Amino acid sequence: MPGKLKAKIVAGRHLPVMDRASDLTDAFVEVKFGNTTFKTDVFPKSLNPQWNSEWFKFEVDDEDLQDEPLQITVLDHDTYSANDAIGKVYIDIDPLLCAEAASVISGWFPIYDTIHGIRGEINVLVKVELFNDLNRFRQSSCGVKFLCTTSIPRGYRAAMVHGFVEELVVNEDPEYQWIDRIRTPRASNEARQRLISLMSGELQRKIGLKVLEMGGNAVVGYLQCFDLEGESGLVVRAIGTACTLEKHSSGSLVNTHTHPNTAPASNACNSPSKDGKEPVFGEDLPSSSGPPTPFRILPTSSFSPPPFSPSKPCSRQSSSSDTDLSLTPKTGMGSGGSAGKEAGPLKTLLRQQTQTALEQREFPFFTLTSFPPGFLVHVGGVVSARSVKLLDRIHNPDEPETRDAWWEEIRQEIKSHAKALGCHAVVGYSENTSICEEVCILSASGTATILNPRYMREGCLDIGSTDHRFDDPSPPSCGFCHIPYDELNMPFPAQLTYCYNCRRQKVPDVLFTTIDLPAEAAVTGKGCLIQARLCRLKKKAQGEVNATAISNLLPFMEYELHTQLMNKLKLRSMNALFGLHIQISVGENMLLGLASATGVYLTALPAPGGIQIAGKTSGDLNNEQHIQSIQKRINDTIAKNKELHQINPPELTEEGVGSPIPEPRHRSRLFRSHSESSDEVSELDLSHGKKDAFVLEIDDTDAVEDIHSLLIDASPPTGFYTCNTETMPGIYNWTTAVQMFTSVRVLRLSNANLSNQSLNKIFTDLCENLLKSFYFKLRSNIPCCLCHLNFTVAVPEEELIQVSVTAVAMTFDQDQTQERFITKGGNETEEQLQFPLELCADSSSTNTQTSSKFSGVPENTIVSSRVFLNRSQKPHSVLFFSVCLFFCVLYVFCSLLLFLLLLLCIFGCGLRACVFYFIFCARVLCARVFSPAASVDYGSFADRCSTWLELLRLKAHTIRRGSVKTISSLENCSPLTEGRPRSLRSSRSFGGSSVTMVKMTPLSFLPGTRIIKYLGIINMFFIRETTSLREEGGVSGFLHSFIAEVFAMVRAHVAALGGNAVVSYSMKDCVLMENPNKNQAQCLINVSGDAVICVRETDQEPMTSMTNIGQSCTADGAT
Amino acid sequence: MAVELDVFVGNTTIMDEEVYQLWLDGYTVNDAVKVRMAGGVLDECEANQDVLLSDTMDQYRTFQMCERLLQSPAKLANQLLFQIPPHRQTMLIERYYAFDDAFVREVLGKKLSKGTKKDLDDIGAKTGVTLKSCRRQFDNFKRVFKVVEELKGPLVENIRQHFLLSDKLARDYAAIVFFANNRFETGKKKLQYLTFQDFAFCAGQLINNWTVGAVDNMAEDMDVDLDKEFLQELKELKVLITDKDLLDQHKSLVCTALRGKTKAFTEMEANFKNLSRGLVNIATKLTNTKDVRDFFIDLVEKFIEPCRSDRWTSADVKLYLTHYTNSAHILDSFKHQAVWDRYMGVIKSCIFKMYHD
Repeated sequence: MPGKLKAKIVAGRHLPVMDRASDLTDAFVEVKFGNTTFKTDVFPKSLNPQWNSEWFKFEVDDEDLQDEPLQITVLDHDTYSANDAIGKVYIDIDPLLCAEAASVISGWFPIYDTIHGIRGEINVLVKVELFNDLNRFRQSSCGVKFLCTTSIPRGYRAAMVHGFVEELVVNEDPEYQWIDRIRTPRASNEARQRLISLMSGELQRKIGLKVLEMGGNAVVGYLQCFDLEGESGLVVRAIGTACTLEKHSSGSLVNTHTHPNTAPASNACNSPSKDGKEPVFGEDLPSSSGPPTPFRILPTSSFSPPPFSPSKPCSRQSSSSDTDLSLTPKTGMGSGGSAGKEAGPLKTLLRQQTQTALEQREFPFFTLTSFPPGFLVHVGGVVSARSVKLLDRIHNPDEPETRDAWWEEIRQEIKSHAKALGCHAVVGYSENTSICEEVCILSASGTATILNPRYMREGCLDIGSTDHRFDDPSPPSCGFCHIPYDELNMPFPAQLTYCYNCRRQKVPDVLFTTIDLPAEAAVTGKGCLIQARLCRLKKKAQGEVNATAISNLLPFMEYELHTQLMNKLKLRSMNALFGLHIQISVGENMLLGLASATGVYLTALPAPGGIQIAGKTSGDLNNEQHIQSIQKRINDTIAKNKELHQINPPELTEEGVGSPIPEPRHRSRLFRSHSESSDEVSELDLSHGKKDAFVLEIDDTDAVEDIHSLLIDASPPTGFYTCNTETMPGIYNWTTAVQMFTSVRVLRLSNANLSNQSLNKIFTDLCENLLKSFYFKLRSNIPCCLCHLNFTVAVPEEELIQVSVTAVAMTFDQDQTQERFITKGGNETEEQLQFPLELCADSSSTNTQTSSKFSGVPENTIVSSRVFLNRSQKPHSVLFFSVCLFFCVLYVFCSLLLFLLLLLCIFGCGLRACVFYFIFCARVLCARVFSPAASVDYGSFADRCSTWLELLRLKAHTIRRGSVKTISSLENCSPLTEGRPRSLRSSRSFGGSSVTMVKMTPLSFLPGTRIIKYLGIINMFFIRETTSLREEGGVSGFLHSFIAEVFAMVRAHVAALGGNAVVSYSMKDCVLMENPNKNQAQCLINVSGDAVICVRETDQEPMTSMTNIGQSCTADGAT
Repeated sequence: MAVELDVFVGNTTIMDEEVYQLWLDGYTVNDAVKVRMAGGVLDECEANQDVLLSDTMDQYRTFQMCERLLQSPAKLANQLLFQIPPHRQTMLIERYYAFDDAFVREVLGKKLSKGTKKDLDDIGAKTGVTLKSCRRQFDNFKRVFKVVEELKGPLVENIRQHFLLSDKLARDYAAIVFFANNRFETGKKKLQYLTFQDFAFCAGQLINNWTVGAVDNMAEDMDVDLDKEFLQELKELKVLITDKDLLDQHKSLVCTALRGKTKAFTEMEANFKNLSRGLVNIATKLTNTKDVRDFFIDLVEKFIEPCRSDRWTSADVKLYLTHYTNSAHILDSFKHQAVWDRYMGVIKSCIFKMYHD
């Protein structure tokens, strides 16, 4: 189905001087789409040409519309010699193909040249007419929305989440083609930019087709990456989550996806809507005679001894009565063979239910990191897989099978890991690569979870949360912490205790995930960024030898990174990591590992023990003292960190209550007597055999170094908080001030003979100094939180370490935070106050739950409390012991796997590489039970907002015109000739308003504002090269201006789409190559994000009063 | 271990006003770091010297990239490279075009040429302003001069619009341009006691009353060049000193009016002819470019110095000049009242401003 693309070149400004003689330029413009080119007239002798061209019309297939960018070239006309290029603008017209997104692209674009950077600006108008409106998007993937945001976009609801989509396209890299030897660097760069633009267009189109096949209309969490494989080619690959998105219509539940800022507001109105849904799910439930509280399940659980709650299957049955699943509970119980285990039937059942929904999918992966309440039932832990490959030339670009097969392998592995954790899905899934010469490390990681099956079939993500509470009666604030796997069938040894929040189900001692902290989670205190950094030297080698060496190093690196993470977590007295991202980067002679995550203290999880130092050679008095001093330092640090992050876990109250927190070993023995599955138990017992465990042993200098490096991490100065997730627990009252920034630092290692230790120190210092720099630079924003701190490491050359960081500094209101903390207090039930949302219903119901448990299960309670006492007499070292052991077992597991896969690879696929995998422990997320919706109709809001915005714009326009008029009248009395002074006047009087301020943030929201429209994805790739590096201020000057230019181009594109912000912004690649001797450098940057229109939250007030108008608007829009 | 590259780029360009001032003042990065350390920024934020150095480098780079835009401030408002809130833009421009009074006093009235630019290091050494800062200020003068030279319309307004400066700063620039254009001599020893602000005030007076623009606001260079016709007409004033009767008549009128009102009456009476001759001679000679340049010296030599040696107070000067001007109106045979007013109005206010220690 064809479409008509129309483009109009209006004007240029600030053009560079191309004619030295006249100090002017004779500019004209070439507009190219596909193979068609149009030209404007030459506008002679001006640096601010006014072309005001006709509409250039391109009649093209929509396949081309999706693949091709509109290419605008500005040239300087030269009568005698060839015309000189001034620069180019590539405009991705994809946003115009989507009905709901932008309708016109209009604005000033920087004219970009890969050698000179930005050279002036050009004003362009672009429109698209797609023919045959009714059948508009049937034949192609035009109209599929692409969003980088890794959550359901605000203002939308996911009617259905279809699942994982992936695609990759390969091509030869123009930089490595023979022709590159004879063409200019500019031509080569432009060929590359154009090719990548084409490839990503093609990729999007192909993914769009897959989405349409699945029945969806959008891709959320779209993650596109480039692999510059050098000689062997160029790979563009993308993953995402296919969804069916619906705009919130008036009357429906909205704002399920609250960020803390809006959460309190929506609290008041959530109950009526819930009541409305109640009969639907409640009719089959005979026992639900109580009041329609969110926890209707409670009456039942009070007479059935939890955790063996018979009401669970019962309620689930009733809730899923409409599907074929109604039979599954019985079969589940029968075939599960795990009857008698705690919550066994429930879990088997859950698994079976969702399995049916997920089984037909090849990969039950989700690239989302935050979810509507009720979506996640359980989280199994972090799963990751890495594979080392040798790159081979891509012989046939049309069949990228090799690369596909590689990723397929890894994804299979991830899937099987998830299964091993008793989970059927992976969320927060991401993939990345690190390439050095011909070696490539492919990595994938995610969080294994059990999802609520309802969302898979009926899809009502937000509304469905009502029935979720029948599936899992855990309070939303802690439910996600409960383990998903069978306690007796654990995939790894972990120490389980009863949940500190609801005391009904088991929780692990620590929780690692790759997703964002669920908004409903109960957290004590604030969180902070935790990083593990590691350098490992390796010998230079070629080919397979190199690959083998790398894959041999990988498990050690993962292990050490993990130990570091764990120790640092304990040092901060926290018990969970969110947003865990481990990057391993390969260079010629070293491997860099960087793990970043946000540590928090989950109220539901047990308090972490301290860190104990043990010396190997006891008796030595000096040594003893040394150890003691270190121990003291560590203890002091822990105490200081507790204070800093306001972690005051309610330990005392718990012990007073005598809550059931059994020690795992006892628990398992207890169950042995009850159950038949004693095989696993003995296996478990094995792992708990040794008792003399400790954390850190000082037996050599390495260990001392380790401890020192542990203590070297400076905590942020007062007024600063850090995290790498979307928001910071404990901070709610963000102001609208945001400052997004990108920082890059490259360190040259001067000494060739560095040891691993000193290298580690250098790397750690590099990261720490970067953070210190940020604190200093952003000190005027205090109090503020550096959110979404995203570190990327690379080894661009031998002896170079590159760290790039993109993050956003968000200011908040200090006083209110304090208040909140005062009200919060130390009591566990009061902890719920932290989430004002749940205050009315949740905290009370949690209480009921706890009490009912005690009354209902006398036997268990007694046993547990006895064990609890037992435990309390023991030192904390048990905790650490389990951690150590866990790694040992992991080791064995990994090496076995490694070996197996090696064999598989070598014999099976004939791939010259070995694969290695790793699973982490970590646990479950469960989502909030309520839909906290303030049932205000944001759907019509959005429409109203847009119309209102339009109005505003119109007004602004008339104002501007008006003022121009007054100026011209002024000119009458003191006539100023020409237009120059006039334009000056207006720019002066409008304070530079001719350029829209565009905010950028790596987060999915802007505090204090509401996103009223998603305009389309921004996905841009730029190359910049210089042959006058010194003149541009060295590498720093070069990169500084390039990054500034990239920001400027992103902002210009957003503004041209009519937007005023970019959310979910990320810089995916920043590849810098330099040759100072030749005075040359080249840099490639790839950025992406979602262009949006947002309005201040306070601006809504006047709109609510105009409800009628708004509704009529919505009606108009619908027809 | 060397930091090979270190950049920090904010979506909204981060600019520290303190560092900006240091940059404008021509400090090198290292010197700026020292100044900042002495200023105690480090205590604020638990930072160390490296952090400070890195920050200063970043900011200096930003300023250097911005400098091109600051040189044509109108561009700053609609460029896309840096996202700077409007009020920050105003600050940047205002500070960039700000100058040291000590420096400008040295350059005032000099030709803004390459020759002068070469002497900047001497001026820098003399005034204590760094060479870099001298260059910036000098180039600013020159740039403003070049742009306004070709424009029609009121000088101050043109500067204000083109360089988006505040009214005060625009007036100062107008003075600088005016002085540079007419090459007024300001460097003589006798004039050393005068500040830039004294001259700026006088320039304002001259621009408002003696230029072409004072009568016709459409002419080219209307505010930069003195009104030639007016200067010709000034020759007519000669009659006040050449005509013996008129001179005596004028003197008696002034003396009558002054008698008993001031202690310096006797000196006034004794000096009247000298002073009057001085002022009228200045007026009649203004057709010569050379004499225009010496305008301020002449004022000082012919009027201010004699008065000062007779210990007139400012009030005396004011009184004397007022009556001196007004009495001319009563002279029957004196026909050039309009020219006389236009001339004396400026002379009066200039002398008031210049009459101090």
